[in-house]
Order: sequence, then C-alpha cells, then structure tokens
Amino acid sequence: MKLELRGITKRFGSFTANDAIDLVVEPGEIHALLGENGAGKSTLMNVLYGLYHPDGGEILIDDKVVSFAGPADAMAAGIGMVHQHFMLVPVFTVAENVELGHEQTKGFGILDAAKARREVTEVSARYGLSVPPDALIQDLPVGVQQRVEIVKALIRNAKVLILDEPTAVLTPQETDELMEVMRTLKASGTSIVFITHKLREVRAVADRITVIRRGKVVGEASPNSSSAELASLMVGRPVQLTIEKAAHEPGDVIAEVDNVRIVDDAGQVVVDDVSFDVHAGEIYALAGVQGNGQTELTEAIIGLRPLDGGRITLSGRDITDSDVHDILRADLGYVPEDRLHDGLIGSFTVAENLVLDRYDSAEFSKGPSLDVGRIAANARQRVEEFDVRTQSVDAPGSTLSGGNQQKLVLARELSRPLKLLIVAQPTRGVDVGSTEFIHRRIVAERDGGAAVVLVSTELDEVLGLADRIGVMYRGKIIGEVPAGTSAETIGLLMAGTVPDDLPARLRDPGATATGSRTTVRTEEPL
Amino acid sequence: MTEVAAPTSALPEPGGPDPAAPVRRRRALGDNTIVVTLLAFVAAMVVGAILIAFSDPATRSASAYFFSAPMDTLRAAASAIGRGYAALFEGAVFNPTTAARGTVAGIFGPISETLVSATPLILGGLSVGLAFRAGLFNIGGQGQIVAGATCAGYVGFAWHLPVVIHLVVAIVAGMVGGGLWGALAGWLKARTGAHEVITTIMLNYVAVNMLGFLLSVKGFQRPPYGQAISNVVDANARLPHLLGSSLRVNAGLFLALLAAYAIHWLLTRSVLGFEFRAVGANQNAARTAGMSVERSYTRVMLIAGVLSGLAGVTQILGTNSAITGDIDAGIGFDAITVALLGRANAGGTVLAGLLFGALRAGGVQMQSSTGTPIDVVSVVQALIVLFIAAPALVRFLFRLHGSGAGAGQGLAKGWNG
Repeated sequence: MKLELRGITKRFGSFTANDAIDLVVEPGEIHALLGENGAGKSTLMNVLYGLYHPDGGEILIDDKVVSFAGPADAMAAGIGMVHQHFMLVPVFTVAENVELGHEQTKGFGILDAAKARREVTEVSARYGLSVPPDALIQDLPVGVQQRVEIVKALIRNAKVLILDEPTAVLTPQETDELMEVMRTLKASGTSIVFITHKLREVRAVADRITVIRRGKVVGEASPNSSSAELASLMVGRPVQLTIEKAAHEPGDVIAEVDNVRIVDDAGQVVVDDVSFDVHAGEIYALAGVQGNGQTELTEAIIGLRPLDGGRITLSGRDITDSDVHDILRADLGYVPEDRLHDGLIGSFTVAENLVLDRYDSAEFSKGPSLDVGRIAANARQRVEEFDVRTQSVDAPGSTLSGGNQQKLVLARELSRPLKLLIVAQPTRGVDVGSTEFIHRRIVAERDGGAAVVLVSTELDEVLGLADRIGVMYRGKIIGEVPAGTSAETIGLLMAGTVPDDLPARLRDPGATATGSRTTVRTEEPL
Repeated sequence: MTEVAAPTSALPEPGGPDPAAPVRRRRALGDNTIVVTLLAFVAAMVVGAILIAFSDPATRSASAYFFSAPMDTLRAAASAIGRGYAALFEGAVFNPTTAARGTVAGIFGPISETLVSATPLILGGLSVGLAFRAGLFNIGGQGQIVAGATCAGYVGFAWHLPVVIHLVVAIVAGMVGGGLWGALAGWLKARTGAHEVITTIMLNYVAVNMLGFLLSVKGFQRPPYGQAISNVVDANARLPHLLGSSLRVNAGLFLALLAAYAIHWLLTRSVLGFEFRAVGANQNAARTAGMSVERSYTRVMLIAGVLSGLAGVTQILGTNSAITGDIDAGIGFDAITVALLGRANAGGTVLAGLLFGALRAGGVQMQSSTGTPIDVVSVVQALIVLFIAAPALVRFLFRLHGSGAGAGQGLAKGWNG
C-alpha cells in the first residue's frame, strides 16, 4: 500500500503545527519521521490517523484521495497506530486487549475466547512477535506491552504502521528487539512510519528519513548521513553531540554508600550489598539496564526508601535514617527518573514547581506565609537561565514539552549550591537540543565541585559524561570501570558478564569494603 | 502525543475546520465556569418548575381533562410555578407583604433567614473543599459538626463564665471538638492507610450515637428528663444577634466569612497550603520534594474538622440554644455539594453557601405558603451540582461548544486514596 500526504496543514488557533507537509511512504519501507519535541510529528500522524481534521491538504492511499472522519476509517483503510502511551486495559489479558473493539463472537454476542487466542497466537507467530495470550497486561514489561499494541494493529490488517516514539519507554535490549520486529514487518510488506528524535535508531533501521522542524519538512536524509548531519538538520543549527569536558580533578569523598541492601515490598532483594563512593568534582555513573536496582538505590539515598542494611553518608554525616526533607537540606539535589510522576506537579505553575522542595525555606517564605514576590522573581530568573520555553511563569507545568519539563526540574535542583547531585535518566524523552544543554549543566555542576551520581540506561550518555562507571546487574555493582572503558566491555557488564580482561580489583569493589578499600581513580592507568 | 506544548496561548480541542466567529464565541462561553454554573442553575430551576407543576393539586385535576381543555392545565401549572418561585424568592430575599409593615423583621427577615442557613453551609463547605484540595474526601462533616456542637454546647450550659470570655471559650471548645474528630480520621489514614471515606463515615455514626447517649445523661439532659434535649446554653455564651433580637442572623456569619478568608489565605499564600495542594495534586512529587504526605493528612483533616466544628458552633451558639439529636441538620452532607459547587475554593464556597442558604430559607416559605413540598428545593440543589458535574449536558442544552471537563473530575480524586 502506498501512502501519500500532500500539503497537509493543521492549525491550532494562530499556531501552525503542520505547514503544507508532503510525505510519501512506499510499500514495505521504514520511513522515519525525525524531529524535535514539538516539531509537529505527532500532530501529522494524528491527522493521518483521523484524530485531527487537516485545515488543508489531502491524504492519498494508492493514489486515491481518501478522507477519514475518525480512527475507525483510518483503521479500515489499513493504517494502524501504536501510541507513545499505550491504550491497553491493564486488568485484561493480552488476547482480550487485542480483541477489544473487534470481538470474535459465537453468535448471540457470546465471546469466542478460543478463536481470539488462536488469532493472537497466529499473528504473533507470523511476525515473530512473541506475546503470551493469557497473561494480564499489568504483569508484562513495557516492551511486551508494546508488542501487544503492534499485534493489535496487525490483526486489524494494518498495511501502514505508525509507531509514535516507540523507543522512549524501552530498555536498550527491548529497543533492539523492536528493531528486529520492524525489519520482519518490513520483509512481510508492511510499511512503517517511525516517529522519533533518536538519531542512532533512525540510522539503524530507516530506509528513508524525513526531517521536520517547526511544522515544516526541512529535508530528506539518507540513513547513511552522520548523526551530526541529522542533528543539525533537526535542530536547525550545528549541535555538539559529543560532550566536551575537561579532565576531572576529584576532591574529597562526598558520598559513601556502604554495603547497602534493599528489599522491596514484594520481599525481593533489589539492591544487594552495594558499595561505592563519589568524590567532589566527579561524575559517577550507575549504568545498567532498567530494573537492576538503580531506581531503588537512588530512592534510598535521598531517603524515599528504607534500607534493609548498610549505611549512607554524605560529607561524613550519616544520612541512613534521615528523611527526604533533611537530606535535601544537606545540599543534595535530586532529578528523579520519572519527572511527571515524581519531579513536578502538572497542575502547579512553573513558578511553584521551581520551589517545590524549597517553598518553606527562609528564601521563599516569611514565617507561615509564602513570599510570592520572591517565588515569581526566582522563576523568571531560572526560566531565563535554563532556557525553559514556557508562555509564562504562571503556566501550569503540564503545558511544557518533555524537554522543557526536564529543564524545569534541573533548574530547580541546580539553583542552590550542591554537595551531591543525583540525576536519573536526565535525557529520557528529551530532544537533542535540550539534551545538549542538560549535559552541559551536569558537567558544569561537576566542575563547580559537586559530586554527581548519574543513573542512566543510555550507554552513550554514560560514556560521554562519566568519570567512573559502576555497572549494576541484578542489584549488585558487578564491575566498576574508569572513563574510557570500551562500550563493548560496559555492554557485557550490563548483560551480566564480567569480561576476563577486567582487572581483578575492579570486579567486585564490595568485596574489599572495610575502610581500607581502594577507590579506582580514572587517572590511574588500567 | 509529544507535541502538546504549542507556543500559543490556547490550544483549542481538535476537530472541525477553522471555527467561525460565533462558534468560537460560544466555545469561550462553554468553557467559562461561571457561565456554565449559571446555566446549570437555570436548567435546575426549569426542572424544579416542572416538579412544582406536578405537585400542584389544581394542575393535576386540570390535567384529567387535558385533551378537551389543555389551556386549563397550562394555566394552572403556570400559576403554581409562579406562586412557588415567588414564595421561594419572598422567603429568601425580600417579601413585599411583610416589608410593607415597615418593621426591621419585615424588611430583613428573609435575608436574615438566608444568612442563618448559609453560615454553617459555608463553614461545612470550606471543610470539605479544603480536604478536597489535599486529595481527601471528607464525608465526616456530620460527625465533626456533632462533635463541635456537643463540646461548644456543653461548655455553653455547664460552665458559667463572664460575658465575652464564655463565648470565646465555647467557640474554642467547639473548634477543638470538631478538630479532634477530623484529625482522628487523618491520623488513621497517615498511620494505618485506612481510607478516609470509610473512617469519616464510621466516625459519623460514633459521634451521632455518642450524642444520643449524652442526651440521656443527667447533667447533660435538660430536666425533667423526658426528651432528648440538652440544657440551654447560657446567654453569655450565645453568638450575639446582628440585627436585633427579632432576627436570627448572628455573629456566626462573621465566623464563616473570617474562616473563608483564612482558608483563602491558607490555600494561596501559605507554606502549609502549598504543601496541602502539592499532596493533593501529586503525592509522589510531594514526597520526593521532601514533604511529609502523612503529616499533611493529619493536619488537613485537623483544620477541616475545626471548620466543621465551627459549623456546629454556629448551630448551637447561634441558631439553636440547646443540643438535640439532629443538631447537624444534614449540613455535613449538603456541605459536600456546596464544596463541589464552589469548586473547592474559598470565594466560590461562600457564594455556593449563600445560594444554598437562600434555597433552604426560601423552601420553608414555599412549603408553608403554597403547599409546594420543600423536597423540590433539595431536588433543585442536587440538579445544580449534577449539571455542573456534567458540563457537556449543560452545553448540549444551551447549544454551547466547549472542551472543559466536569468540576467533579478534579475534585473526586480523593476516592482513589
């Protein structure tokens, strides 16, 4: 099926989200739609899927003009969409979710569960999308849920599959699996529109790339283009993809994590005897695939989660049993991995969000009342300094784009002198331009003498920023390596394999952890 | 969708080509909460009018021969509706007949009754609204009002203190009583995770039945011990009348307005209110920012209880002079509708409380002078809130366009715990 968009224009009030966009998707190709957050990619796809009605232009399928009154028409025409946020019922099984709105019945409205299962199994086998038909959605990892969404579209005979930022929620492994699935689908003749702002993925799977900036097509690129070329096309100016930073000069030990053990609510040991320390002026990365205890460990450090054993000290002070409020007051800054869930309050204004953890400090309050003037002044200053794009400081935080929300959280945490900064997944779901900015600020914080703990599942980010890397696997730090270690070695560690050539003393820093433990410094040769 | 944040001032909802100007104007109207609220009121009054017509005996008998003389039915209905709503207005705002006598009571009587009814509704509405903002659903207004009224009333009749001091002590006792009753529910949630909807409802039963018991205890019960009514509150402990003794309006009104101002300040300008709102809007982010969510539960329920306790205070030290088993007069539950109508902010709650107070006062007059059952007023009250919770229905009825969600949606979060 050939799909063509001609001169699609979509306006919201005075704002033009899509300005005369042309796009041709040939049968059996993976067509990447590359653009920053807010460039108009999702709007365009929502037009195509019948969710929005275009103000101008037309959609052609196999060279015939079609018009969609809603998603049902689009689906009937062979267009399937996997949204960034999944549309699944958590308490239903996979088969039930797939059948939803498309139920197989035995007549008299009685559901034919066996036929439904058969259908799901058949489609999942045909395209190599393994999904357990009887599992409840809520029990499945995100990657599998996404596959269910794809199966859902395929069962409705989708010939063109739109994937809206599909990798934003996936681990590196799951991303690789998804790419494999995309290639299988392509081989079977399904076209894919792949919406993303991640350059590496585009270059890995796309056949053709259309770059959108500010609602306009700014160019086509081949997957052989370099990341730098793609990035500058996307952002509209040359972008620094590699992170520039001076050699670091570690100072005193700021934070010490000693034999920490954490048991989660289900009784599972999620952090198992982890020890590491971070020096002033150093970025220590906790690398690893999502779900290997990094989240729990950082939550424990800032006091959100009780320890089952071990000790955490900050500048020599034991903070193991302190609460979050006291720990934040001890000059610790925290950027949580899920900013919408933990980092900001959607209904609060930008100004309120910027003082979320300091509203009661002497700076922003006078006795029992808030100092509204200072809060507003602070907001104007931070918004300016961190280039947070917002209509005003009184706009609700939820109206900001992902990248700007992240800058907002960062602006709040970096607006006071810090001894220790913990940043978790700082650039997840953040566009290239903001990523560059966020990375520069993290390095600047290090250069200013703070100790930084970076938690990231992105290998590039870890390699680019870290001065020292601890790789977490199944709740343990299975290896601690200096900056400059090859991506391959770290990748192996992330998968749980300790390479033979790794010096023995780097393998299990926890094993020698009683006072006399030597810390590996990056300036020491391996 | 990733591109939600468009750099424009307003993102209209998807659909339709560029809207024509009249449609845009109607959409703006449809999104305006004040307009929707007013229209909800109008729609509810229309339904109320139909009910009045049905409850009118003359209309009913005329409808028996509707098809031979339809005008008879319509004329009777119009007359019943006209008389009913005129009586409602006369009971709530101004009655020309009594005003013609030229007495203070004649002129200001209806307004006084409205304000008397509105006072505890405003306080109760503030209590429920404040808890809403912190993400809690306070169904315990009844129990907190009973606890407050009992404590204030006991101090009022059992102690004998000098003028002014007695009143102040009695008010404080009522605040403490209601506050503790509310804080108990908050503390249970903070310590054990017990859902406040369940605990507050159960505490209602405890409070009401405890009062029932007290009303049979000598020293509390009024001699000669035949009825379930307490001793009479000392004159020193009574809230002073504002417009002379012929009118019931009393200083309780000032307590309510003062409380409304205090809650407005609390929610918009105070450190504590910031914490309450943060906990109500996003508990996880509040916790991550170092706020103690549990402590907020106890604190907000303490303050909500104090407000309900004050409602009890105005009941016992203002409107009534002795405690009876039904001292709460259904205010604890009407307060929920007041808070919803007032959208859980202080100013809105005052207006909603005044409206409901007027409906209460007018409904009494309507029943006594035209025989229209007062239940019509309850139906109108319920319909107003129903229409506001379903703005799409109001927009449909009045052919407006809009995109806003219902008022209840943001507020009913407390149910999820």
